[in-house]
Formats: sequence, C-alpha cells, structure tokens
Amino acid sequence: MNEFSYSRATSLRDAVRSQDKSGKAKYLAGGQTLLPSIKQLLDAPERLIDLSGAGLDGIEVGRKTITIGAMTRHADVAASAQVREAIPALADLAGRIGDAQVRNRGTIGGSVANSDPAADYPAALIGLCAIVHTNARKIPAEKFFVGLFQNALKSGELITKVEFEIPTGAAYEKFANPASRYAIVGVFAASFDHVMRIGVTGAAHFAFRWAEAEGHGLGVKDLSNVSLDQSRFNSDLYASATYRAHLVRVLTLRAVSRL
Amino acid sequence: MATEENTGIGASVLRKEDRRFITGVGRYTDDIQVSGQTYAAFARSLWARARIDKLDTGVAAAMPGVIGVLTGAEMAADGLGGLPCGWLVKSKDGSDMQQPEHPPLAHTHLNFVGDAFAIVVADTEEHAQGAARALEQSVEVTELTPVVSLADATQSAPIHEALTSNVCYDWEIGDKAACKAGFAVADRVVEVELSNNRLIPNAMEPRAAIAEYSTGTDELTIHTTSQNPHLVRLILAAFVQLAPEHKLRVIAPDVGGGFGSKIFVYSEEVSVAWAAKKLRRPVRWTATRSESFLTDAHGRDHLTKAKLALSSEGKFLAMQVATKANLGAYLSTFASSVPTYLYGTLMAGQYATPAIHVEVQGTFTNTCPVDAYRGAGRPEATFVVERLVEMAARQLRADPAELRRVNFIKPDQFPYQTPVALVYDTGNYEASLSQALQHADYAGFAARQRAAEGRGKLRGIGLSCYIEACGLAPSQLAMNLGAGVGLWESAEIRVNPTGSVVVFTGSHSHGQGHETTFAQVVSSTLGVPFDQVEVVHGDTGRLDFGLGTYGSRSIAVGGSALIRASEKIIAKGKRIAAHLLQAGIDEIDFQDGVFSVQASNQSVTFAEVAFAAYIPNNVPTDEVEPGLAEKAFYDPENFTYPAGTHICEVEVDPETGKIDIIQFVAVDDFGEVINPMIVEGQVHGGLTQGIGQALFERGIYDDNGQLITGSYMDYCMPRADDLPNYVVDTTVTPCTHNPLGVKGCGEAGAIGAPAAVVNAVTHATGMKDISMPLHPEKVWRALQRKRRAA
Ligand SMILES: Cc1cc2nc3c(=O)[nH]c(=O)nc-3n(C[C@H](O)[C@H](O)[C@H](O)COP(=O)(O)OP(=O)(O)OC[C@H]3O[C@@H](n4cnc5c(N)ncnc54)[C@H](O)[C@@H]3O)c2cc1C
Repeated sequence: MNEFSYSRATSLRDAVRSQDKSGKAKYLAGGQTLLPSIKQLLDAPERLIDLSGAGLDGIEVGRKTITIGAMTRHADVAASAQVREAIPALADLAGRIGDAQVRNRGTIGGSVANSDPAADYPAALIGLCAIVHTNARKIPAEKFFVGLFQNALKSGELITKVEFEIPTGAAYEKFANPASRYAIVGVFAASFDHVMRIGVTGAAHFAFRWAEAEGHGLGVKDLSNVSLDQSRFNSDLYASATYRAHLVRVLTLRAVSRL
Repeated sequence: MATEENTGIGASVLRKEDRRFITGVGRYTDDIQVSGQTYAAFARSLWARARIDKLDTGVAAAMPGVIGVLTGAEMAADGLGGLPCGWLVKSKDGSDMQQPEHPPLAHTHLNFVGDAFAIVVADTEEHAQGAARALEQSVEVTELTPVVSLADATQSAPIHEALTSNVCYDWEIGDKAACKAGFAVADRVVEVELSNNRLIPNAMEPRAAIAEYSTGTDELTIHTTSQNPHLVRLILAAFVQLAPEHKLRVIAPDVGGGFGSKIFVYSEEVSVAWAAKKLRRPVRWTATRSESFLTDAHGRDHLTKAKLALSSEGKFLAMQVATKANLGAYLSTFASSVPTYLYGTLMAGQYATPAIHVEVQGTFTNTCPVDAYRGAGRPEATFVVERLVEMAARQLRADPAELRRVNFIKPDQFPYQTPVALVYDTGNYEASLSQALQHADYAGFAARQRAAEGRGKLRGIGLSCYIEACGLAPSQLAMNLGAGVGLWESAEIRVNPTGSVVVFTGSHSHGQGHETTFAQVVSSTLGVPFDQVEVVHGDTGRLDFGLGTYGSRSIAVGGSALIRASEKIIAKGKRIAAHLLQAGIDEIDFQDGVFSVQASNQSVTFAEVAFAAYIPNNVPTDEVEPGLAEKAFYDPENFTYPAGTHICEVEVDPETGKIDIIQFVAVDDFGEVINPMIVEGQVHGGLTQGIGQALFERGIYDDNGQLITGSYMDYCMPRADDLPNYVVDTTVTPCTHNPLGVKGCGEAGAIGAPAAVVNAVTHATGMKDISMPLHPEKVWRALQRKRRAA
C-alpha cells in the first residue's frame, strides 16, 4: 500500500475546495471500493478527502421525488421507513447489496460515482428516471453512465445527492454472481401510471435503459423477440454475453409481473 | 462424580476450546509477537514457466527498510536440500515414479505462477512486500511454453528438463484380466467421462510462520500453521538439512483450519527458518489471501474415463477406471499417494463388484502443486462410483436406491476383501440407506416433483452411498506400498500429584475439537473430572513424536493410543493401590475413578493413588517406581471404514439454470461416537465443502497458466444462504479392531456430497451428465441443448 495523506471535509464547500485539478486527491466515501483498490495497488491517490463529516447524508421525501444524500449508507436506505413507503423496491435493492459490513459502510454516492458495471444502484437510477446532483450541475441518469467504470463526472466533481422519481410501482430482480454477489444482471422495472421504465445493470459495460421492452407495456408476457443491443455486453467466468441477454429477458418479465 | 454423566463418551459436551476461539483470545501463529522481529515477503514467479537468466538483488536490497534479500541460488549454495515427497509410488512396470527437484526457493526454473524464488526480509511488512515486488519486476527470465491442460500434459514436452516426460507414474491396481472377463459377459455397460474439479482449500487462517534462532544454544524454533509439526521437524532436519532434529523445535499453536493444506511442508516455512538463522533475527511471515490462492496445495483435478458392467439382473460384474491426475508443478509432500492408494483402493465403494481395475496416470503441469484436500482421493473415487451407479440405474430404468441395495456388500460378508486391496472390517450399508431414505421421505418424492412442476421447477433427488478408508494403516503395509512415514500415533498421560491429568497427543487439532473429545475419552477411562483433563498437542518440544491429523485419523488412531496409555496408568495405579490397601494386585478393581478391594470393601480414589505415586509413603519404590506417567504408541491393524448414504433433493429453475438445494440428508456410520455434537459439526462442514465442489468451486488457470480464480470475486465458496438445514443422523457398526470402536468423521461430508448433488441435478433435468461445478449458465445451456434435441 502506498502512503497518502488524509483530511476530513467539514462541508460540501470544504470538500470541493480541498480537491485540486490534478486528480491525485480522491473523495473517500464508504471506502468499500476505494480502500481495497489502494491496498491492491490498483489505485494510488496522494490524498484522501473523507466526506463522512461533510453533511451529505440523509433522505428527503418530496411530493414527486425522493432524494438521497450522497453519503447515505446502503443499510440506511434499506431500513428507511420513508424509502420503504415511497419506493419499497429501492429499499429492497439497497438491502441486497454485498453483505452487512459492506452495506454499513458503502454509500449511494460512492456506488454511483464508481459506476461499476455490476453495481445495483445504477439499475434503479435508470428505472426511476433519477437525477444525479453534483456540486456543479444536475445530470439525468441516462446521461450519467457512459462506459465501463465511466460516467459524466468531471475531475473533482462531487455527487451531492440522487433524486428519484416516485413510481406507481417498482420491482428489482437481481441474478447475483455466486462468488462476488454483485449483479450478473439486475433489472429494475418501474411504472409511472401506465408508462413503464426498465433499467438494466450487470449485463453491459454500463447500466442502460431497455426502451424496446418498455413499449410492450405492463401486460407483456413474452420478450423473446424484442430487440436488445448486445454490442457492449459483458462476458466472464460466470456468464457469457448470450446468457446475460437471456437473463435480461427473464428478469425483466419477472420484474414487470411484480409491478 | 457429579459431572461425569454428561461429559463422558457419547455426550454432546460443549467444546472447551470455543471459549478462546469465540472470544478472540486464541493464539494463532500470527498473534505471536517476538522482540526484534522482522517481516518476510516472497518474490514469486509471475510466469507459469520460465528460466531465470539473471537475478540482481542490488536494487531490492537498497530499498527502504530491507534487511536481507536471500535467493534460491544462495539457499542451494548453503547446501539446503529439496522438499521431499513422502510416498514412493511405482508404475505398472515396476519403475519408481519420476520426481522433479523441488528446491524450497527456485533458482534455475520457475514452474508455476507463485513459485517463490527469493525471500525478502525487512523492518515492516510493507517494506518487505515493496522489495519483493521490485524483484519480481526486475528478475530477467526467458519465458518457456507452459503445460497447463491436464488433458494434453502427457503428450507435451516435459516441463522438468531432467525428467523423460510429464508422467510421474503410470499406476494400476486390480485384476485387469478378470475385469475384461466381466465386461465380456455383461448384459449392459455404462460408460462415463468425468472431471473432478480442482479445488482451492481456503482455510480461514492463512499459512504463517515465525522462526527464531538462538545463537547461544544454536536452537531454531519455528511456529507454523501445521497439521503435523513433527513431520515438519523431520523433513527440515532429515531432508532439507536446515538444522539437526534435536536443535529444532516446531510448534503449531492454534491453527485455523487446514483441510489437508497444512499437512505439507512448504517453501515459506523453510525459507523463513533459513533466513532467521542466516540473518540472526526473528523472521515472520503470514500469507496474504492472494498468496493462499496461488500457493496452498490445491485439491482434486482429475479426468476420468470409467465403465461399469452389469448383468441382466442389474448385478455389477466389473468396473474399469482410467484417470489422469494433475499433480501440479512439483510433488507436494503426499501428492503421489492421493490419486493412487487413497483413490484406486476405494473403487469397490459399498458394492460387491467382483472385478475392478484402476489405472492412474499422475501428471505434471505448470500449476500449483496438488495434494490432499478434505477427503483426499476418496471424494474422487466416490464420485466415479456413484455417478456410474446412478447412470446405470437411469439407463436400466431401475430405482437408484434399489439398484444400490442389490449390489451392496451384505452385513454377513464382513470382513470383506475388495478386489482393490482393502479389507473392510464391518459395516451395514442397508441400514444407513434405509434410514436416509426415511429421513428424505423418498417415497413422497413423486408428489413433491409434481408440485414443483406446477411452479415451473424441475425437481430431482440424488443418492450417494459412499465409503471411505480412514486412519491410514498399518505402518508396515503402507511402507510396503511406498509410504515414507509410520502411521501410528502416540499418546502420553501425565497424572499430576493432585490427580489432574495432562494428555499429550501426537495428533493435531485445527478446528476438530480434540481438546474436548480427547478429554472426554480420558475422563471416562480414568474417572477424572472432565475439566481436570488438559489436552496438549502441536509442539515438538512437549511431546515425543506424533504424526498429526489428516485422513480422519485422530480419534481412531490417536484416541486408541490414549486408551493404551490409560490402561498403563490404571495398571500402575492398581499396583500402588494394592500397597495402599494392603491387598493383592489381582484383588484390585478399578471403576469410575476408584480403586477398590471387594473382599474388604476398602477403596482409594484415583487422586489418592496419584498423590501416593509422587509422595510414596507406604509404597516401596524398589517395587513400584515413583511417578504416574505413561506413554503408548498405537499402530492400527487396519483402516477404519466409515460409510453412509447422502441424499440431496434439488429444484432447478429451467429459465435460469439456478439450482436450489431443498433438502440434504446424511446418515453416516462412524462407528461409536464420542461427541455427537462435534460429529454433527464435522458433517456440516464436510457437506458444505462437498456441496461447494458440486455447485460453486473450481480453480481455473488460463492457457498461459495464470490463475483466473485468484480471489473471492471469482472463486466461489459456499455460503450459509446457499445451503439448506441439513438432516444429519448416524447408524453404528463399531469398528472391530480399535479399542473405542470408532471410525472417524472428518471427511465423510466432502466425500459423499458431490455425487449426491450431481445425481439430483441430472435427475431433475434428465441430463445424462454435467460437469462440476454446476454453474447456472452451464445448466441452462445443457437444458437448451436438450430442448433443441427433443
Ligand atoms: C465485498 C463487497 C461486496 C459488494 N457487493 C456489491 C453488490 O452486490 N452490489 C453493489 O452495487 N455494490 C457492491 N459492492 C460495492 C459497494 O456498494 C460500495 O459501497 C460502492 O461500490 C462504493 O461505495 P463507497 O461508498 O464505499 O465508495 P468509496 O469506495 O469510498 O469510493 C468509490 C469511488 O467513488 C468516489 N466517490 C465516492 N463518493 C463520491 C462522491 N460523493 N462524489 C464523487 N465521487 C465519489 C471515490 O473517490 C472513489 O473513486 C460491494 C463491495 C464489497 C467490498
């Protein structure tokens, strides 16, 4: 492990000010991805800016949206009475991330910023037409995830909160990698009155919206012939791209049937 | 004795050792701190096969905190010997197996990814690791084409220049002609090609070692994570020639799981000890989890073609097995014996198959060495036998339980000479099968299958009737077959003047709970309260000699030695009691901790006798030596043969290929049981590893010999939520040749479970065969193919 310096930001402004343009300083949220990367020498930031004291956690329910602060832990989202009331599927998703230790440390901001192709939250962000708020702007989820571990954030840009639209119904189906328990495929289906929205994670380099399936409506019973762009699908030890594509169809049907 | 009733043999006494383990005050190797200690890290091969051209240690040696950089070349120059293999297996033609050189630190060639070639010692772990990484980057090598695939290894050029091929041995057992005759008259022949997946052991505690050298006394003390510290000492003294045996002390303190992987002597403990001596500083090392994946001896890894001949009535006539076994890059300590004497000899299973012939080709590849892992050879054998039997039943459209039953060795056939060398002393296979079928509600399966169908699920049930041979023995027989160590076990019982007892056993506990079970045995035999019996193991400085724990041998061999030592204690106690009670020695009875004379109704307690032994008032020391301590070395007459039936019931989701284990029943015959709770725990652990092999685990190398499954992100261990609540029960046929009537229980679960799971899944899906691990995509694809074919 390489040496690094550490500071704890006391506010959003403080955090952003501590950042420089060099990219050698990194925000530290739950540390569940960043710290193992440092230990394995996959990452070597010179400075860590700890966000845990920056006042970025908390859950707020509005009339049409629910907003979750970047530093809100997975366990807190899973247990939140407000989230369970407004979007039970989102609480369910958070409760199925990793294990108890990971959920007690990991944050929504860290997960979204990390943009792991197999992470769970991105499916919900797409499925729930979320907006990613940063210190500088608002980015719609569909424009946020752009590549393998790549997103629309600029160097030093900080996620402050994620705002989800409250749907009429929603369901999350996860087919977990048996080893890592990340999503081989995760499908988040949501309905907004009679409009359906499908967010898919795990399958491809980044979470995406399966618009072709959405058009078939809530009563859909068969998706086998609906087109699905597999050009950037993942393939690994546990699941080929073909199998992932099959799972996307199976899980979408299952999620939709629960709406 | 108030407590005796609930602490004696057969009682589920809570484990003594758990208080310290659960409260975090155990003392594992890595917990030991030594003043002046330094930290070691190993420079390891990044290549599956390479020749070292130039190793310049200058840069690494100058890095911050580095105290010493010691290479394989220096080790060789110091005259240290290679790591030996303890079992010489001969090929069919009578020739000895081929043994490659196995220097603890490689100095000319690197033969697998992780092969250590230098040890770096520094003031901190980080500094040592930094310098080791620098060495890995700077060593100049010529990459050579690695041999990775087991299937092609025998045809490839030898990976070791000094050997003629990659075949270690071409071994056989059984009567080939008789087997051929059996197939000639067969009504039906069932054939299968199976792979037994490579497993990575994953003990909870990684391997670790700390070595201290005393310049004053020339003594070298090594704390290490070993299942048999005396063997480590013997090998370091006699083969590696690191130090003479009387100047070496090897201590295996609390050890957090081994499953076989800590039987062996590895590069790291040798190197750490050598470095401590050379640098005159204590040197410590604890494997990272990544190092564990790369270098802990792996398990299994077979490719097998097997066939079974049956008569028109479904009687087994003959069985033929040909196996390629991957031994990895070098011969690990007992590697050669696992796919031969612990595998081929088990092919009779529970059945009276009259003719069996087994051929095994042991093969070198540029992968981590493969050696014993929980079950060691016997899971592989059970898998072959029980898959064949299952396939036979399906092909004959016979009830798999019934086909097994008609072919069982019957209770009146014991002792039973199998066609593959072993003589089973006792068993009742019908009893464990019947009991398991009942627990599993076998009769009600059809209804459950229909109900599952209604839910869109495919339900299946699979049996596995396994046998194992435990407590490897007797020494002479094993040595005739090439074993390089005796297979007895030692025990010493020291009675303190106050009557409490310290028991020394040469077996070793690394999770099994010997401190409890062995105390139960001694407490029962001597009538000493359970909590006044202390069990000591794992230190060459405290006990004479021992052979450690592996092959479910501890209670059968180590426990028997305890009984022998107890008998000697009682015999001497009687002589002392005779003096105290002024009676003839033949008049003394011993029961429940009391020596008594029936005629005069007089008695003395065990504690009083112990006191008199040390303070010999009224005991003439010219007739009875003072003191009360006895030793015994027990060499068993035969193996023990635990056996049982495992039944697995699964549901497969045809849309995704995902498998749910709905129920798992294990009925085992372990002979007499000392502590049912501990036995149940052992069965749970074994089953979980067996199910892990069937559903999840596989060590995979890519074509370049890089380990792809080098972390838990990719290597899947079974977790509690993958598993059902097990139904575990026992039947008892006492072992006929040891004093406790015990057989051993540590490996049974891992031996029986894989076949039960695969049989259940093939039953559910109607597939003929599918290779382990049964990952969902594999199952889904097989179902797709079947659907297309239909
Ligand atoms: C064993 C294990 C299992 C896991 N299983 C799953 C799983 O099943 N599903 C799943 O989705 N995830 C899983 N994870 C990942 C987990 O959810 C992490 O919490 C998440 O990936 C990162 O969140 P974090 O808060 O720990 O971020 P950190 O590790 O602290 O940071 C991650 C990255 O994001 C950056 N960052 C953090 N916060 C911000 C911010 N507010 N603005 C901008 N950049 C920021 C950091 O600089 C860093 O580059 C698992 C992790 C582990 C260790």
